[in-house]
Amino acid sequence: MAEIISGWFPENVSSFGGEIDALFRLILYVTGAWFILTEGLILFFLLRYRRREGRRAAYVAGDNLRQLAWILVPCLIVLLLDLWLDFRGAEVWAKIKGQVPPSDFHVQVTGKQFNWEILYPGPDKEFGTADDVLMENELHVPAGQVVRVILKSKDVIHSFFLPNLRLKQDAVPGRAITAWFNATKPGKYPLPCAELCGFGHTGMNGWLFAHSPEDYEQWVKQQWPSPQPSPSGRGRG
Amino acid sequence: MSDSVAAHAAEAHHAEPGFWRAYIFSTDHKRIAKQYLSLGLFWAIAGGLTAYMMRWQLAYPDTEVPGWGFIAPDFYNMLVTMHGTIMVFFVAMPILLAAFGNFLIPLMIGARDMAFPRLNMLSFWVFALASLILLTSLFVPGGAASAGWTGYPPLSAKPEYTGVTWGLNLWLLALALEFASFLMGGVNFLTTAINLRAPGMTFFRLPLVVWMELTAAVIFMLSVGPLIAGALMLLADRVLGTTFYLPEGGGEPLLWQHLFWFFGHPEVYVILLPGFGLILEIIPVFSRKPIFAYRPIIYSTIVAGALSFVVWAHHQFLSGMDPRLAMPFSITTIIISVPFALIVFAMIATLWRGSITFSTPMLFAMGTLSVFIFGGLTGIFNGSAPVDIYIHDTYFIVAHFHYTLFSAVFFAGFAGLTYWFPKMFGRMMNEQLGKLHFWLTFVFFNAVFIPMHVVGLGGMMRRISDPTQYEFLRPLQPLNQFITVAAILLLLSQLVFVVNFFWSLICGKVAERNPWQANTLEWSVPSPPPHENFHAVPVVYHGPYEYSSGDAVVDWLPQDHGAAPKAAARS
Amino acid sequence: METGAQTFSTEIPTGKIGVWWFLASEIPVFGGLIVSYVLLRLGGAGWSEASSHLNFTFALANTFVLLTSSLTMVLAFAEVEAERPRRVGNYLLLTILLGVLFLAVKGFEYAGEIAKGFTPGAGIFWSFYYGMTGLHALHVLAGIVVNLILYLQALSGALQRHSHRVELAGLYWHFVDVVWIFLFPLLYLT
Repeated sequence: MAEIISGWFPENVSSFGGEIDALFRLILYVTGAWFILTEGLILFFLLRYRRREGRRAAYVAGDNLRQLAWILVPCLIVLLLDLWLDFRGAEVWAKIKGQVPPSDFHVQVTGKQFNWEILYPGPDKEFGTADDVLMENELHVPAGQVVRVILKSKDVIHSFFLPNLRLKQDAVPGRAITAWFNATKPGKYPLPCAELCGFGHTGMNGWLFAHSPEDYEQWVKQQWPSPQPSPSGRGRG
Repeated sequence: MSDSVAAHAAEAHHAEPGFWRAYIFSTDHKRIAKQYLSLGLFWAIAGGLTAYMMRWQLAYPDTEVPGWGFIAPDFYNMLVTMHGTIMVFFVAMPILLAAFGNFLIPLMIGARDMAFPRLNMLSFWVFALASLILLTSLFVPGGAASAGWTGYPPLSAKPEYTGVTWGLNLWLLALALEFASFLMGGVNFLTTAINLRAPGMTFFRLPLVVWMELTAAVIFMLSVGPLIAGALMLLADRVLGTTFYLPEGGGEPLLWQHLFWFFGHPEVYVILLPGFGLILEIIPVFSRKPIFAYRPIIYSTIVAGALSFVVWAHHQFLSGMDPRLAMPFSITTIIISVPFALIVFAMIATLWRGSITFSTPMLFAMGTLSVFIFGGLTGIFNGSAPVDIYIHDTYFIVAHFHYTLFSAVFFAGFAGLTYWFPKMFGRMMNEQLGKLHFWLTFVFFNAVFIPMHVVGLGGMMRRISDPTQYEFLRPLQPLNQFITVAAILLLLSQLVFVVNFFWSLICGKVAERNPWQANTLEWSVPSPPPHENFHAVPVVYHGPYEYSSGDAVVDWLPQDHGAAPKAAARS
Repeated sequence: METGAQTFSTEIPTGKIGVWWFLASEIPVFGGLIVSYVLLRLGGAGWSEASSHLNFTFALANTFVLLTSSLTMVLAFAEVEAERPRRVGNYLLLTILLGVLFLAVKGFEYAGEIAKGFTPGAGIFWSFYYGMTGLHALHVLAGIVVNLILYLQALSGALQRHSHRVELAGLYWHFVDVVWIFLFPLLYLT
């Protein structure tokens, strides 16, 4: 069962994606049971109690507690299941959104009609310095590390969507919103905009490159060819 | 104006009004209901056509849409915007709230008309004006509004972001007028139900559809105000240079989202509740049983209405608002399933040990119920904030709200139309065509929207015009094409209804007063009811659902029948 | 019960129920604006500075004008109860004139502010200031129109058959007054 459900989703490469997918499956099992129960009852009653000559309907108004129990008890079960799902949800939400884990890798992503501008702080790990590098639609990160994304927008609302990382966060002009992810597997993953942002919304698509440690080293060397890339930045952190 | 109703009644009881007063500027609630219905059905066709064009583009991107031509990306955005706007504000509201509310409330409570007949006429004509403005907005230079039906600023707040100038201004104006029209309508509904009930028609003898229409009216009236102000603020940002929603002038884009959804989510229940009300009338009649748990249903409705005011931010889990706010809203959202579960369980319990006839209205009522259950359950996924991180703004959401709203607007709307058609137009609809229409609609509806959940889980975003531009969505394309074919068939199936509607209007069997052997007051007057409805104001002795209550040969007991069999004394 | 006339299920006049529901739906309109204003103001800076450019004296005088007009409206209703139709008309006229005076002062304020460069686009405070007072002024204008109709009916003697309308118009007029009581301190005194 779980495999079939996983087949509906894009491959999960997020450190917290498993939790979201598990919560999805839990809700699917709970609601699926209710679905089968209610629809089954409807179908059964419709067939069993269809009109027949000589049989009268029973006068059951549900106006006393003994009869009402038939719907109040199921409602109570619904409430308890709701609360259970709420608590499970709250746990997962707290893990993902409660606090951003410490991160060594910061990157600033700015939405604009109709591209992602991705700003790397460079070896000094500081934005607004000479070694910043700006790229369009290419987000390069090391796999297996927490990546902290500072989301901004230059014009309208965009939404930063990484399907494989189970991450979505709106980028709102006038705000800097922090999001994070940790890609567990190297690869190239889509980074579309998920919020209608104008006539070029379709096709506003970037790529996340999650690099293995060696590849990442290589990529850093390409971008910042100077011989002493890291020490100056380390001292600050 | 209260005395004018009475004076009007005394003077004009026997005189039928002339052409203009009878058909165009009518103050008769039944005529006004039909005016709303006609305009709503007209918009439904327009809304259906936008769906057809969008679906074609999604399945076969950049090919000519048969009967139209190519669809450019910005035109696609206009289609998206108009489809939502039309279906929610110009189809669901006028048909479910205005048409059925206007037709049923006075007849069901035993009143001669609405409390303020001229205000009622004004409401309709303001709505007609809003319709005209929305229609105009489609043809102005620069194109129609294209910022989505939710119109999020800054996209909607500055013409240069969309390239749309007057189209969006007129769209906002049309919405503001539409809201004003329904505010007037709401005042009328509530005043009528409070003060014009016939003797003996206590609040706990009101048919449930009246309760639902009233609750919907209250929810609407208490939630729409901030958005009226919000819409005027957005209009001012566009034309007067204010900066309510523009961060460069100190404004706040998220303010609009709060104002919009503070109304927008209660609005869902403004549509759902009347839809539920319609089928709550139909299920007992065709089960020949009282509705199960009449009073708990009313209490649930009120609880759901109250809760609907504290769930709105579940549309904004990822909007950038404080993540700590998400949990309270997630909890209220999931809890709101409880009152709706009670109503659903009560409907199912009503079927138990009934004597069920599968007429067209009953089939559509069962369609509403079964489809709504599916939509209600998928709502739990969206309401769970962590799951919403992934499925927000994907087709999973689109599929979910079509399951809830299509069930309320179309399944329940068709149930209501086929059930009250004899009362409205004095003729019966064709049962064979009605059943054919139901089965085609039911099958193709599910064929469209079940696969759409899967497309959404695959990650396909809403409001993109060409999924093939995204590598990761290409494997979903066969499914998208399947959905489109099913959607076209779903739309074509509606022709059966159109044929049935007009054929029955002209050649249908002449309807008697009470063809379904129902209890509520509208069935005690001729079909269609005369001007002023009742020859003499009825006196009410029972609740609305006394079916199979006694040992008499007939198994129904109209509300205005004095002779009460012993079982009926219970209510 | 074979009468053709409509019967009423409560003792409350139908018109009054209607007006109360209408006012209930008006509260969220201004309520939404006021809550938005307060929340944004709590989260932002520079609002007090902008507010200090408003003409406090004029606004205070205008508050008195509007309060007085509520009083004359009450007096008009008292004369309806006392069945003195001529005086009803006089008090209605006075209410109308005070309403017009309020709008004139407001217009004068707007002109002064715009002359100083504080247009609706001059910043978020000014957006709210013009938005809130503008919407309120439209309500005042609507009240003036309603009162004017009643006044003309009073002159022609038609009001005597519909004298309860003075009370209904009064409910609305007081509501508009109360809205101003909220707007005045929020905009001018903070």
